[in-house]
Amino acid sequence: MITSSLPLVELRSVSKRFSRPAGVAARIAHRLGASAPQGTVHAVEAVDLRVDQSEVVGLVGESGCGKSTLGRMVARILEPTSGERLWKGRPYEEYEHEAARSERLAIQMIFQDPYASLNPRMRVADIVGEAPVVHGLVSRAQRDEYVADTLGRVGLDPSIMRRFPHQFSGGQRSRIGIARALAVRPRFLVCDEAVAALDVSIQAQVLNLFIRLREELGLAYLFISHDLGVIRHVSDAVVVMYLGRVVESAPVAELYAHPNHPYTKALILEVPDVAARRRRYTPIRGEIPSPLAPPTGCHFHPRCPRAFERCRQEAPALREVAPGHASACHLNDS
Amino acid sequence: MSALLEIEGLRTHFFTRAGVVKAVDDVSLRLERGRILGLVGESGSGKSMTGYSIMGLVDEPGRIVSGRIEVAGTDLATLDEPAWRRLRGNRVSMIFQDPMMTLNPVLRIDTQMVEAVRAHNNVSRREALDRCRAQLSRVGIASPDERLRAYPHQFSGGMRQRVAIAIALVNHPDLVIADEPTTALDVTIQGQILFEMQKLCRESGTGLIWITHDLSVVAGLADDVCVMYAGRIVESGTVDEVLDHPMHPYTRGLLDSIPGRNVPGRPLSQIPGMAPSPQDLDQGCAFRVRCPRAREDCRVAPATTRPTSQRTLRCGHPLP
Repeated sequence: MITSSLPLVELRSVSKRFSRPAGVAARIAHRLGASAPQGTVHAVEAVDLRVDQSEVVGLVGESGCGKSTLGRMVARILEPTSGERLWKGRPYEEYEHEAARSERLAIQMIFQDPYASLNPRMRVADIVGEAPVVHGLVSRAQRDEYVADTLGRVGLDPSIMRRFPHQFSGGQRSRIGIARALAVRPRFLVCDEAVAALDVSIQAQVLNLFIRLREELGLAYLFISHDLGVIRHVSDAVVVMYLGRVVESAPVAELYAHPNHPYTKALILEVPDVAARRRRYTPIRGEIPSPLAPPTGCHFHPRCPRAFERCRQEAPALREVAPGHASACHLNDS
Repeated sequence: MSALLEIEGLRTHFFTRAGVVKAVDDVSLRLERGRILGLVGESGSGKSMTGYSIMGLVDEPGRIVSGRIEVAGTDLATLDEPAWRRLRGNRVSMIFQDPMMTLNPVLRIDTQMVEAVRAHNNVSRREALDRCRAQLSRVGIASPDERLRAYPHQFSGGMRQRVAIAIALVNHPDLVIADEPTTALDVTIQGQILFEMQKLCRESGTGLIWITHDLSVVAGLADDVCVMYAGRIVESGTVDEVLDHPMHPYTRGLLDSIPGRNVPGRPLSQIPGMAPSPQDLDQGCAFRVRCPRAREDCRVAPATTRPTSQRTLRCGHPLP
């Protein structure tokens, strides 16, 4: 797809490493000249990502693959160790000055746990209304009216404004979290497992809310989830991560119809499906290795049914296998 | 021969200061040897409490008010505490959602497993260890000798759940109750565990109750399914019958809410509203406020009917 406009968000070779701060003993040992090995986690390694205006990009992977870390870097909660983040074609750093405040507010985040992400001592009116008042989007006098309007948008009755979070169910809390993000008029939402904690019938309601908000407000999403069914439903394009690296990315229909990477294939095969009865599970072996000591070469090779010698030595690069469809697998070379 | 498990009219109620909570309200079900029953419901539907009732694990202020639970012909209500102890962990065992809660963090795996074996069998420590080792490899744990000497925190979530499953199965129980054991796990690990459980049931003739909120897991794993809503089984039958031709509007709604069954990008068909608080339940059908087919007579509790020999249904206005 060729678009003349700039992408809304772009990541160029973004990496994040977490190092354990040296303990007292290690610092003393270091001062005495010992070189102790330092535990460094490569949470995200050289990831490129692009989200266009009004586009939904799904980011999928298992626990520990770095998808939340990536989402937090996009949302400006974490700083990358290296690499470049662009908003509307210009580096994030250019938006640090006061005049660009509204641009900074344009990226908001929805968190996974609707219980932990709302302050239990604040009323809904304060949770949703605090940020727009602080940032001068509305005056204090207009706040309640503005909050009522925002709550209505996410399907909550404005009369609940005086209540506290503990008085709500999981689905309602999710909506409050979404209302809080919407209150500062964002253009782009990072949704980190935003429906994972909800029951099926409530999950459908919240997913519908996301779809409706996208249509009404022209929002773009980075939709992070481990659930391939959810990702398939909401996304235009999908990025698959494994142990800090992107292994495959493609438009949604293409990815589900023609998965290229063995990991993506296995993931799609493992998705429980109502139509599949008394199925014979053919699981991929092993577990995700520790990111403290990732395997050499392709990170997936110890679990890959088709791994060969080169996979153990050399990390495959992401290469285009079809228009808009990239995959990082040596099998594509042979 | 009697069924492995037979529950008739089970009611487990909680007597709280705010009123009586009918967590399980008139539940009847039946499970044969070697079969897998999926018990499906959303949070608060009473599916876990049904499992706890079978295990005799209902705590104050809750108690089983009425009903009969029979395991292989033994009425559980007649058991005293020593008899319960002989049954639990031996003939009947349970796997919980969070393996970190089931495993003792300060004891090595061998201590915990050997204890489970020797509590029910008069065997030497050496023989108990042999059984543990064999059981660990059966649930797919490589190098069990090494793993036996480890502590729970040294395992990943999936490995811990395998250990918990191995402990539940080590005495070859007749009946295993699994309460959402794969919900916290990744898809690839979930696939591995479903694979092991399926194999174990087929090979050993163990009856399994798989409690979950996920209909698609039940579809792939179970032979039969019971759908619970607000403490009652609203529909039951074979997996094929219930999932291919749901008759209760709630089952239909649940199936339609699954993202994979909808056209991508279009709004999902959703069940409006949310599950009622179990304190506010009246006599009528609890689903009627969310139900598109509800009529005036739904205020009276619909009786359980048997549309076919293997199905039960609790709805006054079922889908055709």
